[in-house]
Amino acid sequence: MEKEQTSLKRLFQQEFSKMVAVISSLFGLQHIEIAEDIVSETFLQATETWETKGTPPNPTAWLYAVAKQKTLYYFRRNKILRKKVIPELTARQENSEEIEEPNFSQQNIKDSQLQMLFAVCNPAIASEAQIGLALRILCGFGIDEIAEAFLSNKDTINKRLFRAKEKLRTEKVKMGLPQENEIVSRLDNVLHIIYLLFSEGYYSKTQSQILRKDFCLEALRLGLMLTEYERTNLPKTNALIALMCFHASRFSARETSEDTMVLYEQQDEALWDRELIDQGKHFLYLSAEGSEVSSYHLEARIAWWHSMKEDTQEKWENILSLYNQLLLVNYSPSVALNRTFALYKANGRQEALVEAEKLKLDNNHFYYILLGELYKGLDNEKAKLNFQKAYSLAKTQTERQDIQEKIDNMP
Amino acid sequence: MKDFMLLFRQPNYDYSKAPAAEFQALAKKWQDWAGGIAAQGKLTSNGTRLALEGKVLKAGGIVTDGPFVEIREMLGSFLIVKADSLEEATTLAHGCPALDANGSVEIRPIMG
Repeated sequence: MEKEQTSLKRLFQQEFSKMVAVISSLFGLQHIEIAEDIVSETFLQATETWETKGTPPNPTAWLYAVAKQKTLYYFRRNKILRKKVIPELTARQENSEEIEEPNFSQQNIKDSQLQMLFAVCNPAIASEAQIGLALRILCGFGIDEIAEAFLSNKDTINKRLFRAKEKLRTEKVKMGLPQENEIVSRLDNVLHIIYLLFSEGYYSKTQSQILRKDFCLEALRLGLMLTEYERTNLPKTNALIALMCFHASRFSARETSEDTMVLYEQQDEALWDRELIDQGKHFLYLSAEGSEVSSYHLEARIAWWHSMKEDTQEKWENILSLYNQLLLVNYSPSVALNRTFALYKANGRQEALVEAEKLKLDNNHFYYILLGELYKGLDNEKAKLNFQKAYSLAKTQTERQDIQEKIDNMP
Repeated sequence: MKDFMLLFRQPNYDYSKAPAAEFQALAKKWQDWAGGIAAQGKLTSNGTRLALEGKVLKAGGIVTDGPFVEIREMLGSFLIVKADSLEEATTLAHGCPALDANGSVEIRPIMG
């Protein structure tokens, strides 16, 4: 029974985004709630009917048929729609007064989802809101799941989504791919949101590991969606997918039963997902085209080097070089720290220490962890002091535990 | 924080007789040095390299061939860095590989 419930949940999550996308392309984004309501009602009816009559042989066809009925019924009954939406529709259809029924063909589902992806990832809305909308509308996550992932509550998330949809209305965002001259810059924003979505899953502090993995997989799915269209299947799209594959391949190795993150050095290589690594390599290969070197390209290459656990001079020199380039394109304190670690591995401790001292990332507990690691064995007193500073700056219990362990393990 | 331009000069940029490994090591040195400034969040622009041909125009309309000014050093490239003072900007210039090649680094505040 429980297994059936989980598979129903999966089915609904998958179909939610497809159906909302198709119906929204009919009603327009202004009325996205109508599309959500119709789909939710369809699922409710499915749950009730299938409980007594059993799951139909073709569940998705059943869902689409019922959604079509409800859409047409809604149209006919709703005066506002008749007055405002239909004129717009008939302008598009060029003739009939007849209401177009939602088209659930494979091609239209794909097209609508891509259009929805661009509509949701609109720079006019705050990026937090874009992610929230993406999670709900594009990935079909429930409000409570989103709240859990952000360590927030349902009210906050609902408000955020409400405001985001308001913004879509006031900015008059329409479904439809951006114009030729805009598509590349809009694509950059879409890629950025997908990347943030993936990072949410990868670095999320929520307890539910299944949820985090789902986020990562959904981000991957959205990335793959982009590769099915010529104008969005660019080298940087492939680079982003490669990057996500490599990171995701280490997901299982990162989990432990004690809820602490297992650092790269200590991971059991056997738990790495070889298939995902191979997929990553495939997309990395595809991304090696054209003349643009995006930050995704650099990060993907770094991730590729990390997919080979062996510590070689060549590996670390390459990673250092890539981080040097990444810093030029995309400076951030964490990139600077990672670069310094690579410098340590490639050029030795002395040089790394000199460079590390220059960073002066005073409020960053990772900075002091790095300094601690660099001083370990050279000047253990200094190492301990740095670890203690890191402890005082750490933000979560898990982080403090990890740092305490480092302090305890010092001679 | 203000912007400063670092201009690199060397008497000679002929690496034709240098073995590939030396050339690679030099490229790595430049990259690591610029990366070090970038890691501190102080690199405004990586600048660009300049081709070795050029001309110099002086008063009276005198044009000479080759990018040689009065000193026997050729401008190779430049970087723009961020610092609080000319002294601090000069500190960032230390370790520049141009110095190893008997060259120099000129540090100038950018106006405006």
